[in-house]
Amino acid sequence: MADRPTSGDGDLAALARSLSEQARRGEQVEVYAARSVHTDVRAYDGEVESVSQAASAGVGVRVVIGGRQGFASAGSLDAVMVADTLADARENAAFATPDEHGGLPAPDGVEGASLDLWDESVLVTPVEAKIELALALERRVRGAGSRIRQVSSADYGDVAWESAVASSTGVLSASRRTSCTLAVSAVAGSGADSHTGVGISAGRGVAHLDLEAAADDAVLRATRLLGAGKGRSTRCTVVLDPRVTATLLGVLGGALSGESVTKNRSMLADRVGERVAATSVTLADDPTDQRAFTAARFDAEGLACRRNELVVGGVLRGFVHDTVSARRAATVSTGSAVRGGYGTTPVAGCRALSLAPGTLSPEEVLESVGDGLYVQSVTGVHSGVSSVSGDFSVGAEGAWIHGGALAAPVREMTVASTLQRMLHDIVFVGADVRWLPGPATGLTLAIADMAVSGQ
Amino acid sequence: MAPRTDMLVDADLAQRVLSRALRSGGDFAEIFVEDRRSSGAVLDDGRVEELASARDRGAGIRVLAGDTTGFAHTADLSEQGLLSAAEAAASVAGGGASGAVSLGDPGRAVAASVGRPGDSVPKEEKISLLTRADAAARASGAAVVQVSVSYGDSRRRFLVANSDGVLVTEDQVRTRMAVSVVAAGDTGRQSGSESVAATAGFELFDTVDVDALATTAARRALAKLSARPAPSGTVPVVLAAGSGGILFHEACGHGLEADHVVKDTSVYRGRIGEQVAGSLVTLVDDGQVESQWGTFLVDDEGHPASRNVLIDHGVLVDYLWDAKRARKQGRSSSGNGRRQSYRHLPMVRMTNTFLVDGADDPDEIVAQTPYGVYVAKLGGGQVNTTTGDFVFGTTEAYLIEDGHLTEPLRDANLIGNGPEILTRIDAVAGDFAMTPGTCGKDGQNVPVGCGQPTVRISAVTVGGTAGG
Repeated sequence: MADRPTSGDGDLAALARSLSEQARRGEQVEVYAARSVHTDVRAYDGEVESVSQAASAGVGVRVVIGGRQGFASAGSLDAVMVADTLADARENAAFATPDEHGGLPAPDGVEGASLDLWDESVLVTPVEAKIELALALERRVRGAGSRIRQVSSADYGDVAWESAVASSTGVLSASRRTSCTLAVSAVAGSGADSHTGVGISAGRGVAHLDLEAAADDAVLRATRLLGAGKGRSTRCTVVLDPRVTATLLGVLGGALSGESVTKNRSMLADRVGERVAATSVTLADDPTDQRAFTAARFDAEGLACRRNELVVGGVLRGFVHDTVSARRAATVSTGSAVRGGYGTTPVAGCRALSLAPGTLSPEEVLESVGDGLYVQSVTGVHSGVSSVSGDFSVGAEGAWIHGGALAAPVREMTVASTLQRMLHDIVFVGADVRWLPGPATGLTLAIADMAVSGQ
Repeated sequence: MAPRTDMLVDADLAQRVLSRALRSGGDFAEIFVEDRRSSGAVLDDGRVEELASARDRGAGIRVLAGDTTGFAHTADLSEQGLLSAAEAAASVAGGGASGAVSLGDPGRAVAASVGRPGDSVPKEEKISLLTRADAAARASGAAVVQVSVSYGDSRRRFLVANSDGVLVTEDQVRTRMAVSVVAAGDTGRQSGSESVAATAGFELFDTVDVDALATTAARRALAKLSARPAPSGTVPVVLAAGSGGILFHEACGHGLEADHVVKDTSVYRGRIGEQVAGSLVTLVDDGQVESQWGTFLVDDEGHPASRNVLIDHGVLVDYLWDAKRARKQGRSSSGNGRRQSYRHLPMVRMTNTFLVDGADDPDEIVAQTPYGVYVAKLGGGQVNTTTGDFVFGTTEAYLIEDGHLTEPLRDANLIGNGPEILTRIDAVAGDFAMTPGTCGKDGQNVPVGCGQPTVRISAVTVGGTAGG
């Protein structure tokens, strides 16, 4: 079995289908098969630090017998390993507790969106050209002036990825996509006054990468912090950089997952129909938007992805569901099953969250805020933010906003509130939509009355 | 000589692959062959939701040519598969010396005695652990509305051979269990969790009290229902023993990794021999601590795990090294070259990193703190090694008032600067304890241990919402 993605001639789907057809009487079998090829290049100090080129493939099998689910996976498409995987999943199913809501989806008649997510350039560009991109990225940042002391890494990475889902309940879907990324980390200053800035550019194909923008953004972010100290503790309006907003939306996505909601793990459970946010907030999960890097035709259970309105004018409209969470909530799947790869089972989750943009440019947001704190980057999101309780506390660096413009830089600060309050306290939504790698898009966002801790 | 059945690929084949990898030049070649089997079970929402098993095997091959590393991996362990991966890895090397590779006798790391590897344990027995923990957590209070319990075991065998003649195999067995509880009340929902993890087999549960694990998780969630917001501002912080050596992992461990040091992205660069911390601070990284989560016999480059003193009574003694960085400095690896799997390049990683015991009494430390925050359990953390700024989150914390623990506090991140914090440790007790964790670096996760006795830091910024 070849491990290299082809032009999508369906051999993965054929493998998945033939395995799923081995379902015995009374069994449901779902096979998810995926493979990818990737290239990763890192440049450092004018040289190539590393070049990785590899292919990966694997299969994940779910077997449901009488409402009991078992799962097994293998990091290979080798025929023997694949057959063992089905046997293991079958054996595992025997030990689960029967779930009245369990079981695989049947096709629901929704057509997959017409999306073009494949760019051949990722496969045909010679590795030498990819290496040159990483070197050129490193060069541009290093040459940005004496304030840049170091370029700790400059990376080019790409992946061409294919997957197929087939089930004994009639689902059959195949997907493929490409992506490539430039990422660079710049260090400005020296000694105790050292600061880092990361710049990124992503696209489906090599031609979509904006090397200059990634390099210049890294330089701006690192140098903007020069001279930063720990600021005073206060309460003020906080303006989030688009990337920070995307991180925030990612956490919020956890609370909008049908899995969390139906299992009492979401601060938004039981709140459908209620005002949960400022009226300027309209939030949708839309993997059918071609511009989203996470756009997809089919979800991880093989149902068509679709646009789901979650918050409209500040009112919570609903959640994203996979098949099981939907049954628990007495509704239908929203085509929102996601999975971390062939090694994990599907779970309900957001794939491409975005806020409806407002009308203000980032500069106009700062002018409107007048005085506050601009947060360029945050840390500790996984340890300080909970979509269960809504408690929100993160490390932050950025700059004070004075008189409607950025002023003195700060670092080693925290900003805190609760997600519930923050949603209501959103005062300005920027117009500057940024499509980013990851499950959410970014834009400039201003949130009033956050606790800022420093000295 | 180890019997051939212990080898994931034959020594002769490994030798041919290494020779092919160096055929067009290059200074060093390595083949890492891994076979990992794991199984897990999750009980959630009152049901055993899923048993899962996974198998992964393959090889990663790297070639060093000057400062450049070429890397390729494959799931195809046939001679043809390995040779073509060797050629892909070698494509970065041009010119330079090449020569025949000769491997030494296969050194076999003697596997630590594993009483009961997970694959020998009946699944019923694993499930009974889950149901027991679920019942204990739910019995902890009527406000407990959700319980999730997970169990996992893995057996990871690998072979690593390189052109320096190293040929070694390793066999690692790990077992873990975690309980996560949600409690709900008038103030909303709160979560609490507790976990245990060891480089050991199922015999881990001979000594672990599963009921206590569950009730601890429940206590954390329940206590926070009546918790007040954490302070906002800079206060003294007392960390309970074993609450999270992650502070030291983040505050200085990452900055002592040689890759950061060499790249001038560490605040500890060029400071060997200097007093970088208070004299109460002795920091050790030790991959040999019996059965700890970050323990192994040989690292993922074939070097034996070792005990490395990093900071001795406040004085910076050494950094952590992998083979690539050590080679460049003309010294030996400290046994800290690790990788998530055969699909990843090894890099400098911590193993079990801990602060050693001091002489203070833990109760006295609290009694002598007029006002501050007592952290009973830390969550995760993160550091920017270039600036030394780090955060860590609390998952169980209390206010200290007049030398006593008073009210529980809601979760918050604490933020500090590594070099500054190390000079602010003004009390270290003698009640050392360790906790397991997962360390993420450059997209790779590896199991680590963290440890510390009760310590007090005179000033840390707490990111709560209540006026300081």
